[in-house]
Amino acid sequence: MSGTFSKSMARNVFYGGTAFFVLLFLALSFDTQQALPQRDNRANLTPAVAAGKKIWEVNNCIGCHTLLGEGAYYAPELGNVYKRRGPDFIKVWIKNQPTKVPGRRQMPQFNLTDKQLDDLVEFLKYTSEIDTNNWPPNIEG
Amino acid sequence: MQYKSQAVAKPYFIAAIGLFIGQILFGLIMGLQYVVGDFLFPAIPFNIARMVHTNLLIVWLLFGFMGAAYYMVPEESETELYSPRLAMALFWIFLVAGALTIVGYLMVPYAKLAEMTGNDLLATMGREFLEQPLLTKVGIVIVALGFLFNLTLTLLKGRKTSISLVLLMGLWGLAVFFLFSFYNPENLVKDKFYWWWVVHLWVEGVWELILGALLAFVLIKVTGVDREVIEKWLYVIITLTLITGIIGTGHHYFWIGTPAYWKWWGSIFSALEPIPFFAMTVFAFNMVNRRRRDHPNRAATLWALGTGVMAFLGAGVWGFLHTLAPVNYYTHGTQITAAHGHMAFYGAYVMVVLTIISYAMPVLRGRAANSNRAQVVEMWSFWLMTISMVFITLFLTAAGVLQVWLQRFSTSPLPFMVVQDQISLFYWMREVTGVIFLLGLVAYVASFFVKGEAATLASSTSGRAGIGTQPA
Ligand code: HEC
Ligand code: HEM
Ligand code: HEM
Ligand SMILES: [Fe+2]
Repeated sequence: MSGTFSKSMARNVFYGGTAFFVLLFLALSFDTQQALPQRDNRANLTPAVAAGKKIWEVNNCIGCHTLLGEGAYYAPELGNVYKRRGPDFIKVWIKNQPTKVPGRRQMPQFNLTDKQLDDLVEFLKYTSEIDTNNWPPNIEG
Repeated sequence: MQYKSQAVAKPYFIAAIGLFIGQILFGLIMGLQYVVGDFLFPAIPFNIARMVHTNLLIVWLLFGFMGAAYYMVPEESETELYSPRLAMALFWIFLVAGALTIVGYLMVPYAKLAEMTGNDLLATMGREFLEQPLLTKVGIVIVALGFLFNLTLTLLKGRKTSISLVLLMGLWGLAVFFLFSFYNPENLVKDKFYWWWVVHLWVEGVWELILGALLAFVLIKVTGVDREVIEKWLYVIITLTLITGIIGTGHHYFWIGTPAYWKWWGSIFSALEPIPFFAMTVFAFNMVNRRRRDHPNRAATLWALGTGVMAFLGAGVWGFLHTLAPVNYYTHGTQITAAHGHMAFYGAYVMVVLTIISYAMPVLRGRAANSNRAQVVEMWSFWLMTISMVFITLFLTAAGVLQVWLQRFSTSPLPFMVVQDQISLFYWMREVTGVIFLLGLVAYVASFFVKGEAATLASSTSGRAGIGTQPA
């Protein structure tokens, strides 16, 4: 890094290189938007699913669980919990928390109504049907 | 200190350190909840502690970045800050808003907090790292705009160095990408896609510009190496950062419903992301070896070198470890991720903020460097915290490898909770090491209170004059 390669050349490479890769990233993102309808299960994105997503958010489930592998690593993956446990188990489980088993990790009681539980399950069902390139590797998540 | 208005940096640095202590205490609470599951339940459920831990981290790093900018930009621009009063007003607004938000997390059930703070108007809460109530998010934008306005005007009326240009580009980028936190579509895949425009494009994009600028500034000061050389390195490093890191976002688009071609784009470009971190390490050591003088603040030099090494290890090496799609298929969302997240955040952003504080605080307190005794205590804290973080990372990595093996890779995979039980030994070791980290932090705070004669070195033209007369 000496001699002929000056600071102003380095600066120009910075602006040029950055501009190029920003544009490339925008192009790829645009293409992704076009491809999403085939993959993101939007056909099943009902009002119940949208309501379920909001219940998921305002109770901060992501603060303990992962969803499609993102979130916290304290409690089981829930992106595929619909397939692992089924709708009835999920509802009963959430209603019965906390387990109060001494020393065991605890999940709070959220006092959700039956309607809210149904919406939440719809959201988890929709999530489990997103095309994730075959992730997770097995049903345990 | 060359310009009176640089003094506004001081409260920012003090607040940063205070919040850092809070972050670590909540880290220790969570670490214990990992092995004693009902610890503090239901008073502080794990998710609440986690929000406090990560949000305090981000907020104190922002305090650090802002303090750094208020300190650096007047000196670089050779002019007083445009408005020191605005800077102080924003300090209090940010501190009070931040404190209220944390109190809200701890005192009010999260769903209730969402209802009270207008989440029904625009739902933005409940996503990792972006848990802040709408009001707080708006507050952050207002503080950021006021801050950028103040600094941009300062820059415009003074000398425009590459370091302050790069710093301001990074800070503007930080504010602009934060705006994506207001976009939360019902479609989960789109939500996740743009969520990474905040998180990834921060830590592996614009924040690295800030990191480079801070490091370059301190290196000019402590080594006296020619500005032209240092700024050329800076441009090379941030070029490498952005041409790898922008498309590198793709390493988060493998399994969230996005097209399969991201496996190629994400793997290839993110595999190159360690290069700028490596360049940064070489840069720091190179400049210190070519130094024109010995600065009496040896602690600041140690932090600067440490930043290079630890950022390369945490972001570069531990990032590379799980960034290729075939590997990430198994490690995605495990303790491997947590291991990497800890060492990368510590090595890059915690350490660079501590570097600038180490350099600037003595000057703000009227001396070129602290007493030798104070520096020795500070260097002890450097080693205690840094070595603890290395071991925290190693223990989490061990936990992660076993987790992947037992839960994902094995032909008879075990359930999540069963696996967590089997690897609890490593969580205990992480927790013990976390206590040592806390001791290091206590030593760090103590170093500010150790008295003694300001250190000088024979080769430096005594204290302040040594800095002031540099042709920097
Ligand atoms: C404070 C942490 C915490 C929060 C917040 C939390 N959970 Fe949990 N959850 C857990 C833990 C821990 C377990 C495993 C408990 C056990 O096995 O004893 C669990 C288990 C579950 C399970 C069963 C998974 C399985 O595979 O058996 C479901 C379903 C679930 N949680 C749903 C939710 C939903 C929905 C929310 C948000 C409304 C939520 N959780 C919020 C900690 C939490
Ligand atoms: C005493 C030391 C610390 C302990 C015991 C600790 C503990 C923890 C725990 C238990 C989690 C939650 C993991 C999960 O989601 O399941 C966490 C998350 C996190 N901590 Fe710490 N922490 C400590 C120090 C730090 C420091 C110094 C930093 C910053 C440099 C940091 C940054 C983070 C980040 C970024 C996350 C989110 C991780 C992710 O999503 O991968 N922590 N920490
Ligand atoms: C200083 C820079 C960096 C910081 C602060 C950082 C921090 C983090 C954090 C906190 C996460 C967890 C996000 C979540 O909670 O979901 C993460 C994930 C990840 N990081 Fe980094 N990182 C940095 C650089 C890098 C680099 C350079 C690479 C690649 C070489 C990399 C590769 C990854 C990958 C692949 C993941 C996803 C893990 C998963 O699938 O669960 N990171 N990073
Ligand atoms: Fe990333």
